[in-house]
Amino acid sequence: MVMLAVERWSSLANNDAWLTQRGRYVSVAFLLDTGGTDFLVHIHRGRIERVERGPFVMPAWGFALRAPAEAWAAFWQADPPPGSHDLLAMLRFGKLRIEGDQHVFMANLQYFKDLLALPRRAPAEGTRA
Amino acid sequence: MTGTAAPNFEPIVGRYLRLAIHGLPHRLYVEEAGQGVPLLCLHTAGADSRQFRGLFNDAEMLSRFRVIAFDLPRHGKSSPPVGWHKAEYRLSSRAYVDTVMSVVDALGLDRPVVMGCSIGGRIVLHLALEHATRFRALIGLESAAHAHPYYDLQWLHRPDVHGGEVCGAIVSGLVAPSVPEADRWETIWHYMQSGPGVFKGDLHFYTADGDVRARVSSIDTKACPLYLLTGEYDYSCTPADTRELAERIPGTQAVIMEGLGHFPMSEDPQRFLSYLRPVLARVLEAEGTK
Repeated sequence: MVMLAVERWSSLANNDAWLTQRGRYVSVAFLLDTGGTDFLVHIHRGRIERVERGPFVMPAWGFALRAPAEAWAAFWQADPPPGSHDLLAMLRFGKLRIEGDQHVFMANLQYFKDLLALPRRAPAEGTRA
Repeated sequence: MTGTAAPNFEPIVGRYLRLAIHGLPHRLYVEEAGQGVPLLCLHTAGADSRQFRGLFNDAEMLSRFRVIAFDLPRHGKSSPPVGWHKAEYRLSSRAYVDTVMSVVDALGLDRPVVMGCSIGGRIVLHLALEHATRFRALIGLESAAHAHPYYDLQWLHRPDVHGGEVCGAIVSGLVAPSVPEADRWETIWHYMQSGPGVFKGDLHFYTADGDVRARVSSIDTKACPLYLLTGEYDYSCTPADTRELAERIPGTQAVIMEGLGHFPMSEDPQRFLSYLRPVLARVLEAEGTK
């Protein structure tokens, strides 16, 4: 199962001044379905404010990104193969589903692409000693 | 202080061409460099001829080819036609074919090689079907007979989403991950500079009007050779799409370019040239045997 190193991810995001600057108009909660574990990611003015780990009973979110565990595992490799190297590539090949109100996602698409790619630089929890 | 060194100009000369297309006056920006066999380059949707800057600066290329590229109407430095503000832009196969042929005629090009990428890679299939004898060879980059839209194209042109930001972000993943940083972001920059609705209007041709699946098997590569090259990271026109196209056209084959995506000539010009040179050598070879 893919485990997201949540704290490391948040730290990478919030210490990236250019990323948070580009996301300064982004305040939204989105659901990240990693194929077994759901995360509610609360973004406030471009910073990851809080990440809640599911399961959830009544989650409230603006949009959801859903993909199976193996799709995220491929996407979060340091050097992902063709088709797993970009969120829209995953969408194109039917590995990713985007649900909900996508306006904030599309209006800030490069921000979200870069944010979601950050775990490539964070070791997965499962691989930690 | 006055500098004594000569200005470091590139060999490219850019000019504005006045011509009529479908009876309407147009002002198109045309760049060229080099001498020899005319090689006309067609840019991708929502971009312009700057994508070919690597070819235009390659001394070996310029010693054998007169490299030419023009910006489609509304793109780059070409003007939009009169009345552009009164109707939604939607590129059609007819308009695109006739624009290319009008430029070929206006420049007096004798059987040029035409190389197009993406929508340009599609239109060379139309050119092969309709005007094969007018060309020495056709080269389709990121070429497929059809493309299914894999995202809602409405996002590309709406007042509450910045067009430059969204167009750049849409195509950013179509650039292969390992290309030079400067070329990656220059390629994306071109998309960010595109006018409102231009990329979306081009994609009308790419995803709907330009569907040529029913006709590609009639392409006669004896009348005009056709070469197909596609980047392995391209998920708009995938390597599988190009292979499928090649299987349906006798006498052509798909070459899959490693480490490249949907904009090979722009995202990593040197790597792309390593794939293009053998193709152009074959074009010249065929010329020599005539």
